[in-house]
Amino acid sequence: MAYEGDLNLKATELRLGLPGSDEPRKKSTPSVRSNKRASPEISEESRTRSNSSASIAENGDRDICAPPAKAQVVGWPPIRSYRKNCFQTQQNEAEGTCMYVKVSVDGAPYLRKIDLKVYKSYPELLKALENMFKLTIGEYSEREGYNGSNYSPTYEDKDGDWMLVGDVPWEMFIYSCKRLRIVRGSEGRGLRH
Amino acid sequence: MDPNSKRKKESPPETSRSSPFPDEVLERILGLLKSNKDRSSVSLVCKDWYNAESWSRTHVFIGNCYSVSPEIVARRFPKIRSVTLKGKPRFSDFNLVPRNWGADIQSWLVVFASKYPFLEELRLKRMTVTDESLEFLALNFPDFKALSLLSCDGFSTDGLAAIATHCKNLTELDIQENGIDDKSGNWLSCFPENFSSLEVLNFANLNSDVNFDALEKLVSRCKSLKVLKVNKNVSLEQLQRLLVCTPQLTEIGTGSFSQELTGCQYTELENTFNHCKSLETLSGLWEATAPYLPVLYPACTNLTFLNLGYAALQSHELANLLRHCPQLRRLWVLDTVEDKGLEAVGSNCPLLEELRVFPADPFDEEIIRGVTEAGFVAVSYGCRRLHYVLYFCRQMTNAAVATIVQNCPNFTHFRLCIMNPGQPDYMTNEPMDEAFGAVVKTCSKLQRLSVSGLLTDLTFVYIGRYAKNLETLSVAFAGSSDWGMQCVLGGCPKLRKLEIRDCPFGNATLLSGLEKYESMRSLWMSSCNVTMNGCRQLAREMPRLNVEVMKEEGSDDIQADKVYVYRSVAGPRRDAPPSVLTLSGL
Repeated sequence: MAYEGDLNLKATELRLGLPGSDEPRKKSTPSVRSNKRASPEISEESRTRSNSSASIAENGDRDICAPPAKAQVVGWPPIRSYRKNCFQTQQNEAEGTCMYVKVSVDGAPYLRKIDLKVYKSYPELLKALENMFKLTIGEYSEREGYNGSNYSPTYEDKDGDWMLVGDVPWEMFIYSCKRLRIVRGSEGRGLRH
Repeated sequence: MDPNSKRKKESPPETSRSSPFPDEVLERILGLLKSNKDRSSVSLVCKDWYNAESWSRTHVFIGNCYSVSPEIVARRFPKIRSVTLKGKPRFSDFNLVPRNWGADIQSWLVVFASKYPFLEELRLKRMTVTDESLEFLALNFPDFKALSLLSCDGFSTDGLAAIATHCKNLTELDIQENGIDDKSGNWLSCFPENFSSLEVLNFANLNSDVNFDALEKLVSRCKSLKVLKVNKNVSLEQLQRLLVCTPQLTEIGTGSFSQELTGCQYTELENTFNHCKSLETLSGLWEATAPYLPVLYPACTNLTFLNLGYAALQSHELANLLRHCPQLRRLWVLDTVEDKGLEAVGSNCPLLEELRVFPADPFDEEIIRGVTEAGFVAVSYGCRRLHYVLYFCRQMTNAAVATIVQNCPNFTHFRLCIMNPGQPDYMTNEPMDEAFGAVVKTCSKLQRLSVSGLLTDLTFVYIGRYAKNLETLSVAFAGSSDWGMQCVLGGCPKLRKLEIRDCPFGNATLLSGLEKYESMRSLWMSSCNVTMNGCRQLAREMPRLNVEVMKEEGSDDIQADKVYVYRSVAGPRRDAPPSVLTLSGL
C-alpha cells in the first residue's frame, strides 16, 4: 500500500486500542460476519487500530452499526492504482495551490491536516493550531523556544530533520515543512540544545 | 481459413433456401451492421444469416478473455480486423487480484498471427501484455494500425519502442493508465523519419522525458494528427510549439501546463489556442494555475469533454473556465473544486450529460474537504440531461439523492461512492436504503449502479424489484443477510456483471444465482461468507461455468476468500497460477 510505505507511520503510530490490545486478529471470523455487517478486510499494518473498533462493532446495536474505525482497507476507496500513485507524488512535491501538511499532537488520537498556504505568518499559524487542538503554545523566543506552555510546535523538514517551528523565515518554512508535530513541553525544549 | 476463398459449398435446391439472396448480397447487407448486439441477434435468425454475419464481421468485442478461446473466435469469424479484449476482473484495478492472475495477450496474438495476419486494431483492457508480446505484434502484423492499452500491466517502454520502430502504418498509439515500467522516453524517437501516418498519440500517463525535438518533428510531419496528449514533462512553451503545427487537433492533453512565461510567450500561447477551433476534448492541466487558464478560453467554444481529473482546481478557477464551455457534455473534476465549483457546473453547463468527481485525497481520513451532497444537488438542478455520474464524497443524505433523481430521472449510470464504508445518512443517521430506492424507482433506464454507505437488505429488495434494465451492480460493505442479494439475483432480468466485496452474503446468495450465471458475464465475491463447499456445489451443478477461487496466504480450506464465476465456451482455463483454484469440471 502506497500510504503505509511512503510515510512509515510505524514509529509515530497513534493507536486507538487499549494497551495490550495488539494481538493480530484472525482474518476470517464467521461468527462476527454472519450476524453483523461485515468488517472491512484489514491490511497488516492497521490491524491494531481496527482490532479495538471491531469490539465496538460487536457490542453495538444490530440495526444501526457504528461505522468501522478508520483503518486502511485494501482497495478502498475504489480508485485506480495509477491515480493513487499520481497524487502521492503531487503531495510530496508540495506544489500547486495547496500545501497540506499533517499535524499531530502528543496524546491526541487523530491527526489533522492544514493548508499552510492559508496562513501568512507564524502567529497566524500558531493561533490556528491552538484553536484546533484546544491548547496553548505560548510565545516564541529565539533563545528559549516556547516558554510559558506545555506544548512546543515542531516540524519535519525536507531533509527529514525535526526542527522547532519559528527558527527560519516564514517563506522558507512553508516550503520546507513536511509535517507538524506538537510535542509536550520537555521534549520541545530539548530541540534547542 | 483463407479469408479470400469463396465459401462455396453445395448450394441446396432453390426451394429449400431459407434466404432469397445470394450469400454475397446477404453479407454485403449485414456488413453494414455495426452494433455487436444487432449482429448477435441477426446471427440467430437462421444458418445462412449466421454464416453471412460471421463472414461480414470485421470487429469483435470480447468482454471476458476467458469466456472463449482465440481458436473458437477465429473459427467463427474469419475476417476480423479489429479486436477489443478485456481480461482481469474489474477489482484488479484496486489491487484485489493477484499480480500473476493471467489474461496474457500472447496466446491470442499467436493465433491471430496465423488466422488474422491482416489485423489492424487491438484494444486491450486489464490484460497482461509483455514487451515480447508487443514486439511480436509489431513484427507479425504488417497492416497493424491502432493500439490502445488501458489498465494493462507487464510491459515497459521497450515494448512501445518496438511498436514505434516496426509498425509502418500506425495511426493510433493510445497508452492510457497502465502499470507500465517507464524506463525512458526513447521509444518516441524510434518512429522512423519517413513515418507520418499517426492520427492519435496519447502518452499522457508516461513519466519519462521524451526527446522534444523528435516529438516536434513527428507531430509536424503527421498531417492527419487529430489527437495529441502529452505527458507532464512537456512544458507550456513546448506545448505551444507543438500546437502551432497542429491547429486541427480535436483532442489535446496539455501535460502539466505549468511554466513561468514571459508576457510575450503568454501572448503567443493565447494566439495559438485561439486557432484551435476544432477542439472537442481537453485534458491534462496537471499543474495548471489560475493565471494561465484564461489562454484556454477561446479554444473551449466547441468543447464537449473537459477532463480535469488530474487538475487540482479551486472552485473559482473552475467557474471561470466553465463560463467559456457552453457546449460541454462531459466533465471530470477533482473534488478540490468543492460544492461551490459544482454550483458553477450547474449554472454554466445546461447540456451536461456526464459528471465524474474524483477525490484528491482519498486515503486521508482527516481531510474534511471535498464535495458533499450539496454539490451534487446543485448540479442536478442545472443539468437536467445528466445521465452518467461517478461521485466520490464523504457525506450524503437520502433526501439529497431523492431530489437529485427527481431532477434527473434519466440516469443510465449511477455510481455513488461514500468513502467511509458503511456510513449512514449523516443528518438522520439512517441507512442509505431510501436513496438507492429512489434511484431505482425513478430511473427506469438505469444500466449501471454502484452503491455505498450503510445499507440493509432493503436496498437490494428495491433493486431486485425496480431495476429492470440493470446490467452492472457493484456492492461493498453493505447488506444484512443473503435475502437481499437473493432478491437481486431473482429480480434483475438484464444483470450481466455483479461484483461484491466485504458483505455478509454467503452460499445462499451464491447458489441462488444458479439460473442466472449463464446469462451473465461474471460474478465476483470477495471477503464475504462463501465457503469452498458452496463453490464446489456451484461448480457441480453448473458445469459450463468456470468457478475460480483465489486463495489468500494463510487462509484456511473452508472459506473461499475471493470467488470469480463466469460463463465460458472454452472450458476451465489452463493457465491459472497456483493461487487460483479452478473448481469447474470436478
